[in-house]
Amino acid sequence: MSDINLKKVGAAAEKRALPAAVWPLVALAVILIIDVIISPSFFSIRVVEGRLYGSLVDILYRGTPPALIAMGMAIVIGSRGIDLSVGSVVAMSGAVMAALIHGDLSPVIIVFGTLGMGLICGLWNGTLVAVLGIQPIIATLILMVSGRGIALMINGGRIPTFRSEFFEFVSTGSIWVIPTRLFLVAFVLLVLWLLLRKTAFGLFVESVGSNTQAARLSGIGTRVVTLSAYGIVGMCAALAGMVITGDTRSSDAVYAGVDSELDAILAVVLGGGSLNGGRIYLGTTLIGVLIIQALTTSILMSGLPPEYNKLVKAIVILVVLLLQAPKFRTAVTALFRTGKGKAKS
Amino acid sequence: MNKSHLLGAVTFGLGLLAAAGSASALTLGFSQVGSEGDWRPAFSADMKAEAKKRGIDLKFSDAQGKEENQLKAVRSFIAQGVDAIIIAPVVTTGWDAVLKEAKEAKIPVFLADRDVESDKDLYVTRISADFNLEGRLAGAWLAAAAKGKCNVVELQGTVGSAPAIERKKGFEAVIKEFPDIKIVKSQSGDFTTAGGKEVTESFIKATDGFKDVCAVYAHNDNMQLGAIQAMKEAGLKPGKDYLMVSVDGVPDMFKAIKAGDANASVELRSDIGKDIYNVVEAYLKGKHDFPKWVKIASDLHTADDVDAVMAKRGIK
Repeated sequence: MSDINLKKVGAAAEKRALPAAVWPLVALAVILIIDVIISPSFFSIRVVEGRLYGSLVDILYRGTPPALIAMGMAIVIGSRGIDLSVGSVVAMSGAVMAALIHGDLSPVIIVFGTLGMGLICGLWNGTLVAVLGIQPIIATLILMVSGRGIALMINGGRIPTFRSEFFEFVSTGSIWVIPTRLFLVAFVLLVLWLLLRKTAFGLFVESVGSNTQAARLSGIGTRVVTLSAYGIVGMCAALAGMVITGDTRSSDAVYAGVDSELDAILAVVLGGGSLNGGRIYLGTTLIGVLIIQALTTSILMSGLPPEYNKLVKAIVILVVLLLQAPKFRTAVTALFRTGKGKAKS
Repeated sequence: MNKSHLLGAVTFGLGLLAAAGSASALTLGFSQVGSEGDWRPAFSADMKAEAKKRGIDLKFSDAQGKEENQLKAVRSFIAQGVDAIIIAPVVTTGWDAVLKEAKEAKIPVFLADRDVESDKDLYVTRISADFNLEGRLAGAWLAAAAKGKCNVVELQGTVGSAPAIERKKGFEAVIKEFPDIKIVKSQSGDFTTAGGKEVTESFIKATDGFKDVCAVYAHNDNMQLGAIQAMKEAGLKPGKDYLMVSVDGVPDMFKAIKAGDANASVELRSDIGKDIYNVVEAYLKGKHDFPKWVKIASDLHTADDVDAVMAKRGIK
């Protein structure tokens, strides 16, 4: 009986189905509203030192490295893969960048070297997955563990610091009053969107993600598609490494980008992506990133003792995920209805 | 080669003859953790240099981070019949058996740096710096520099770690004495530059551009370096309009102090050889009433002595 009820409610919910982006946006809005209550000046934005300044700007600004990584992650997850090594790739590319800056090379070469490091890492992961058929979680775990060791080796076991006008401009500079790094995200978003939606590549990745066998039988070079997906996320992580390393002007092999793989995966899931692959949502993934970053910034602003940081973050994310789960929503609606019914009788 | 062996034997013999009284004939065994990071190799080098200066025959053993190497080294020190053994323990547990062997052989054991979990009667004392004292020193400097009136922003280390807990407690214990000094914001920056920078950025917004804030206290230099960057990017003047005090004494912090971006750093000293040998020699001369923890005072460096420190360390 309750089964029928549930079905009915489900059908009703489906009839007025909201677009997938609504729930993450609602969550983001709620977090921002709470922020304004905590700190009334939260939305104020002015120009300081020739750059936009304010808590909202901080969220976008600090959200840049996770946004770059998460966009790449969305593509790999779309191919039914996963990349746990992105944090280590951040550290490795940062180490390469610091070493090249100390080598007094031109910025163009350094950029290519840093991105090259990311591409090599991505292709290594892709080869393990696509050619050798190792499960993605294990294949990328290898580089996740060994990567920081390689970065430490490049850094010579220390935290090298540097000065570089170009990379300080990329990471902490601004064009007009807008931080340069936001242009970087916009650029990457545009390139990936064109690649995914204006060429067949997006469709290929999604078909590999939904059914690799069927994709191969219909003539898609699944290996090349998978390899490319990992190559892209590797380069995205290297870009994030460039921003992170340029920010503090130092390459910290142990802590640069630590836990960023988890935040990236979480952002994809908050954006409505499924770990079963088959769909790539770049836009909502970015909203997922903003939710996580808004949460982090809010916790830092709130004056909460640091012992509670992780707990609060976990609870909020659990609530957001529950809101997004259709089963949970229908169950709650059903509960609400039966409760109402009883109250009437 | 033979000659040096002979010399060794003679020194050893002398050590046995002289009733452990004359400092010149001491033979000490020192089991070091390894050579990780910047601090530990400097500590090892100082132990060797100071031993040479005092005419101590130091038997140095590098455990390369492994406890079994350390146990082997200590047993070989016992077999050689050294006058005293100094251990910088790799881990805190598993020491009872070997410490008992040393006690049976009547060789006193001293701990350097880290602590061990074992019967307190099995070693003479632990000689090391004290995180709590570092926090107190930072607090005392700040209280004096701010003339007893200051709103402090604190960047904590990794939540739950010993240095974070003790540096906070020590700092708070001192500023408690001053009713007009209080911590207005406190968060963890995880001991990293990136963490310190992000937390400081949000603090600047939360306090409306560091209004009424007078100082930043960071549990380590790396976070403070991040705070300096964040403040500069927000158009603030760290080191000039705000007092900046932190702990560690890393090279980049000395550069920041020299540039006027920071004011003071409590140094985790690596030249503690003389402090350790003073205790060991005093004990062997018959002074036995040591506390179970001999705390080594930390140094504090400011713009006044930064040039001298940088010259001494070869920091450019």
